[in-house]
Amino acid sequence: MADITAPAYRTIPIIPALKPGSMEGKGPFVASDKLNEALGFPGQLVEDWHDRAIAKMGDLLSKYRSLKVFMDACVHCGACSDKCHYFIGTQDPKNMPVARQDLLRSVYRRYFTLPGKLFPKLVGARDLTREVLDEWYNYFNQCSECRRCSVFCPYGIDTAEITMAAREILDTVGYGQKYSNEIIGKVHKIGNNLGLPGPALRDTLEGLEEDVKDATGIDVRFPMDVKGAEVLLVTPSADFFAEPHIDSLIGYAKVFHATGTSWTLSSMSSEAGNFGMFIGNYDQLRTIAMRIRQAALELGVKRIVVGECGHAWRVAYSFWNTLTGVGDGADPNDRFAQMLQKQLDHRYKQPAHICEFTWDMIQDERLTFDKTANDKYIITFHDSCNVARGSRMGDLPGGQFEIPRNIIKAVANNFVEMAPNTTREQTFCCGGGGGLLTDDLLDLRVKGALPRMEVLQQTVDEHGVNFMATICAICKAQFTKVMPIYGFDRKMVGGVHQLVSNAIQLGQK
Amino acid sequence: MTSMVFAILFYLATLLFVVGLLYRINSYARTPAPLKIPTTPAPTTNGGVVLRMTREVVFFESLFKANLWTWAAGWLFHASLLLVLLRHLRYFTEPVWGWVAFIQPFGMYAGITMLLGLGGLWLRRLFVERIRYISTPSDHLMLLLLMGIAASGLSMKFLAHTDVIAVKEFFLGLMHLNIQALPADLLLIVHLSLVVSLLVVFPFSKLLHAPGVFFSPTRNQKDDPREHRHLSTWAAKLESEKS
Ligand code: SF4
Ligand code: SF4
Repeated sequence: MADITAPAYRTIPIIPALKPGSMEGKGPFVASDKLNEALGFPGQLVEDWHDRAIAKMGDLLSKYRSLKVFMDACVHCGACSDKCHYFIGTQDPKNMPVARQDLLRSVYRRYFTLPGKLFPKLVGARDLTREVLDEWYNYFNQCSECRRCSVFCPYGIDTAEITMAAREILDTVGYGQKYSNEIIGKVHKIGNNLGLPGPALRDTLEGLEEDVKDATGIDVRFPMDVKGAEVLLVTPSADFFAEPHIDSLIGYAKVFHATGTSWTLSSMSSEAGNFGMFIGNYDQLRTIAMRIRQAALELGVKRIVVGECGHAWRVAYSFWNTLTGVGDGADPNDRFAQMLQKQLDHRYKQPAHICEFTWDMIQDERLTFDKTANDKYIITFHDSCNVARGSRMGDLPGGQFEIPRNIIKAVANNFVEMAPNTTREQTFCCGGGGGLLTDDLLDLRVKGALPRMEVLQQTVDEHGVNFMATICAICKAQFTKVMPIYGFDRKMVGGVHQLVSNAIQLGQK
Repeated sequence: MTSMVFAILFYLATLLFVVGLLYRINSYARTPAPLKIPTTPAPTTNGGVVLRMTREVVFFESLFKANLWTWAAGWLFHASLLLVLLRHLRYFTEPVWGWVAFIQPFGMYAGITMLLGLGGLWLRRLFVERIRYISTPSDHLMLLLLMGIAASGLSMKFLAHTDVIAVKEFFLGLMHLNIQALPADLLLIVHLSLVVSLLVVFPFSKLLHAPGVFFSPTRNQKDDPREHRHLSTWAAKLESEKS
């Protein structure tokens, strides 16, 4: 990938000028027949794609109020137009959130509204042609569904919802994206996104036990498929072997060990990630989530805890209760949900984020730390988009910002914030989310990381920051790949529980 | 003759406006929102949602965060429009309600600030590259329509007075199915024609943002997915099919 270089930092982050067509192209690799068919989609672009696409659009409009309202409500005010990291990094006007929406909206207007049928030119309505379909494929695979634009829209229009709808339409006509569909196929076949089979997983975990024993002298367990454990941990499969993810997995295990919590992983559902959300397909989203319900029922666990993964936490926090009943407050007649909810311990939030778990333990003084173990680091925190804008932790709105920061401050001495208009709900996506973490999109990923890299550079220059913590597997993978291209050390990025792991005192309490 | 034409136009336009809007609102309300998607941090209580929505509708909170210029022009326009509309109640009530009489003088100036706000929005549309890029002809026309309404209304106040007593009688008559003569005054005809056009296009255009904002799931949902199971009818059906 020698030809991919980082765009120059903007000296003052001014709004970039437009470069029409700069990201035109064929988009990421198209999924093969096999990959599409495994998910129940047509293998290739179907003959009658035009009619099927319009029919699907109508179907989605009747099923999703978000799509229906968002198609009508946009006033083209442009408030969102400069808020997308992909627009900032690529300057392609079609990456402005409103312009991205308009790729779909123009077709909606043509086929579903009276003015679009009568005066298409006047209201910017277009026929659905092959060019338009290709344009959808290209530009709806340049959106990470990060929802930053929705924060600023006066009507809360969320381009992520529109991207999901567009991808769902594309899949329906046999025009799926390789990376996402391949991953979903692996979850169904093997149980996790990385295609790590059960025995290999068991080996990995045993290896980890040895490593931790060597490093600390203590027997920290990484249990799998333990019936009757209190906690089922569901974590992104990258945690099992990717760097730096694995250091966070060690951190979770140490927290469980130090607090005497019985816990287990599940070989059947060794994956928290759920790419069903990325392709906007409710059935896939639900089927993938159901594995966790099934594992929880089979293992008889009392709590379900989710590891450091951004979109997985959004799915878990916001959707699991709806999809699978993992949560609380189901109707007494709702047998499907009650079956599971009766089993779960409702003194705790269901599901809980690992950061909520650890922070509770810190507050209960069941953990001790040697903060100096992290003294070599000056740490900043990158809010991951799905956690920041699609979920919560704790009891109060904004807990998803406070709790990870509180943990960092509890385990380390040096913490600084990045610029306020790029953190919390205004955080920038890492550039690799939403099913775009694939090498065929590396150019886009590098450009999309620009706004985050600029701000990181600023904290490096001003405060000597040398560690950026984050709680998302995709952020970690994206940054380790992209940061060297911007001239940073790839080891600068890591998980919050990696810091916990460094400082935690085992065997004291 | 003009009176009769305008009477019919107003009846039809109002009918279209009301029926069209109710139809839209009904279709938004009936479309399910299968998943919890509030843009977080979001309120966790109903009261909190009402507050969030109020801040959004009254102060344009999100727009304020996004862009000060657009916010300033947009807010000035909408606030002025509200005052102007309220001021116009005096053409439909007899005796005029006390508070409507009270805001009369402000309402007059609001016509001017409304024009300023609209002008600001149009300048942005014309001269800011990004916004020019996303603008369709109808976006420009919509602003021109509103500016035309404001300008023709103001001219009747400041340039060539129209017989407001007769105008009022026309509208009071209209409300009692009793058509009265409308002054044959060019500015008035222009003003009223543009208003009729606005009523007609409203339910078919981006002006649907007005009811739409209240139905936006990212803004009107409570953030409580772990505490309550949220299930739409079509999603619930999937459960009865399989376990
Ligand atoms: S959701 Fe994120 S990536 Fe997509 S258009 Fe909005 S800001 Fe850009
Ligand atoms: S901020 Fe909202 S209304 Fe304004 S252009 Fe963007 S999507 Fe449309």
